Amino acid sequence: MFDLSPWLDLPLIWGALIATAVFIYVLLDGFDLGCGILFPFAPSDKCRSKIMNSIAPFWDGNETWLVLGGGGLFAAFPVAYAIVMPALYLPVILMLIGLIFRGVAFEFRFKTEGRDRKLWDVSFHVGSLLAAFMQGVILGNFVQGFEVVERGFAGGPLDWANGFAVITGISLVFGYALIGATWLIWKCEDDTQRWARAVARYVIGFVALAMGLVSLCMPFIDERILELWFSVPNLFFLAPIPIITLCAFVMLWKDLHSEREVRPFLLTMLIFLLGYVGLGISLFPWIVPFSFTLWDAAAASTSQSFLLVGTAVFLPIILVYTGYSYYIFRGKADDKAMY
Amino acid sequence: MLALELDPVLLARIQFAFTISFHIVFPAFTIGLASWLAVVEGLYLKTGKNVYREIYKMWIKIFAVCFGMGVVSGVVMSYQFGTNWSVFSDKVGNVIGPLLGYEVLTAFFLEASFLGIMLFGWGRVSKKMHFVSTLIVAFGTLVSAFWILSANSWMQTPQGFEVRADGLLYATNWMEVIFNPSFPVRFLHMVTAAYLTTAFVVGGVGAYYLWRKIHVEHAKVMFSMAMLMAVFVAPTQLLIGHAHGENTMEYQPIKVAAMEGNWERGSNKPLYLFGIPNEETESTDYGITIPNGASLILTGSAEGVVPGLKEVAKEDRPPVAIVFWSFRVMVGLGVAMILTGILAAILYFRKRLFDVKSFQLWCMAMMPSGFIALLAGWFVTEVGRQPFTVYGVVRTAESISPVIAEQLALSLGIFVVAYTLIFGTGSYYILKLIGKGPNQDKSGNGYYEHGQEAVAPNLASNIGKEGKNV
Repeated sequence: MFDLSPWLDLPLIWGALIATAVFIYVLLDGFDLGCGILFPFAPSDKCRSKIMNSIAPFWDGNETWLVLGGGGLFAAFPVAYAIVMPALYLPVILMLIGLIFRGVAFEFRFKTEGRDRKLWDVSFHVGSLLAAFMQGVILGNFVQGFEVVERGFAGGPLDWANGFAVITGISLVFGYALIGATWLIWKCEDDTQRWARAVARYVIGFVALAMGLVSLCMPFIDERILELWFSVPNLFFLAPIPIITLCAFVMLWKDLHSEREVRPFLLTMLIFLLGYVGLGISLFPWIVPFSFTLWDAAAASTSQSFLLVGTAVFLPIILVYTGYSYYIFRGKADDKAMY
Repeated sequence: MLALELDPVLLARIQFAFTISFHIVFPAFTIGLASWLAVVEGLYLKTGKNVYREIYKMWIKIFAVCFGMGVVSGVVMSYQFGTNWSVFSDKVGNVIGPLLGYEVLTAFFLEASFLGIMLFGWGRVSKKMHFVSTLIVAFGTLVSAFWILSANSWMQTPQGFEVRADGLLYATNWMEVIFNPSFPVRFLHMVTAAYLTTAFVVGGVGAYYLWRKIHVEHAKVMFSMAMLMAVFVAPTQLLIGHAHGENTMEYQPIKVAAMEGNWERGSNKPLYLFGIPNEETESTDYGITIPNGASLILTGSAEGVVPGLKEVAKEDRPPVAIVFWSFRVMVGLGVAMILTGILAAILYFRKRLFDVKSFQLWCMAMMPSGFIALLAGWFVTEVGRQPFTVYGVVRTAESISPVIAEQLALSLGIFVVAYTLIFGTGSYYILKLIGKGPNQDKSGNGYYEHGQEAVAPNLASNIGKEGKNV
């Protein structure tokens, strides 16, 4: 039985790996969920076909990052998985249901026409919306922490339904809509692109508002977060995060009024990254906020070592062929059946 | 009120059984289909015959629908350990977690990324690269089966771990965990079952076309390939299944006792062809038996000693009737498959393989046999593991999440409605694709296309001028 713990801080590495997996998920499935959120507002059926075709080869791989996040949490921090999932029982189930209805829509709408296709269009939209909102609710609850007794969740079945979680839920819907719209600016042309630009210009205000609101709420959730951000010298070290975020928003706003195609998507990713880093700084080192730290919740070091070896070998390979897949399907999306 | 009557453990078990039963059907079918598609595409590249290309084109659409449904129902599985079985997850996470982690890392991403290329990549990658993608997807499905069956087998025949003072399980030897005693034979049994399931679906479709005298050229390829599987693989599965039974007898004797409906340990035990196990009276009633049959099959000798359910206390026994009956369904269908192979061989040597109507009807009737046998087999092994989640180590009753019964009942209801709707529709589309048959496009272009089906002329304008020409 090999054990890497004498040389490596395994819980820290695993915390970073899971955070990374979840972030990649948020970026990648974020844009295809965002496409689903914007779907019914597209100006024509032709545009909707383009939207679908722009994400069809990727959505499955994108969603796998969510499985890695969940599976990684189970493997590396079983007790955290065992607390968070029952605590967020209904939001998780509803998110999964949403993902089911949108996931099958990719195949099903290819098989139908007329009214049946409309049905799967609705399923794609509502499923994406539900999944995005529930992910926001999950996030909102995660940062507030859970009622824990010993190694289990001890709260009520509806603890998750609270005002802050609704705010984060709506925020994520707008966030995904923005990254979806900027993806479409990149992957489409003509009227779909023009429409996506208009949508992005409309949504960006809500995203900025939502991010501001959540950032303002965060310090009041726990004194430690307030302390972390507003004490000296932290204030100066951390100040670049909101400042750069603000700059990114301004640049994105300008880009959305120009002919730029790729940079809006990159800037949106940057905004997501900054928001995510901000959250990460606030919550570190908790894996179940305010109950279990990364080190308290860590699986046996032998278990973390065993899977770390596999991750070190396979994660780079995964990144290579995921990149290859995006490379093959580069270029503008078409509305034709033969993609 | 109703709430008092709801048993959370039972609800959680029903929900798990329901979601995994729906889920397992799709991966099993896609394991077989992926390998078969790789063979068909390989044959096309080798021979250049259009018939293979058209078969590939037809079945990859069915593959895509199944794969999509497998993915979405699989994501549910990866979270259900936490939502419904959190105490189990906490206790055994050290051991099982990494196995599931490896499944995601080595298989899920591989399948997902290369499926995209397989479905949408024709014309963007070379023929060879496309073939490689098909091979990788086929390989990915097998790797996925490797890890999930390793985890499952470990729950049946756990080893390579210790329970420490904190009540949690810790792995002590990964090789022992992964290659636990029931894993190799279970993996073989499952993969073979997946191949047979696919073969009987493909064979049934071929039989249907032959019967209707449509797509005859394609039907002959499908039918003869499927019958080849029935001739050689169905009997092999019997041998593998037998080896699996012997393995179970060694490591989980009470499960075997339930499968046989045998209560008293002893020699010269009969084989029940029919019977009704009664847990109250601890006997199997109304039996139609073959004397000494169970002893002969399980030990090779009429004098052989066979385990009995009464060896353990009542609370340590699995629900007998479900295991007993599921086992008979599985074996019965296995025998029917072997019979199909024998008949096919006889007809082949009489040079009448493609023109006996009654045999074609029989093969159509056998289409769902693989799915039913597969589910029955799962019921035998999973229900037979009860009342434990990790056999002999962790009880099911102490594995469940601290969630209230109403939550479980609600989510179960949601899953039943959603799955019925989604998978009902999926099956309908698959049948529609089968009804439509291969697209015999002689023009040679569009070796592969995947996307919207042709639309009616009046709707074509919505899709634009490029609306697909069929």
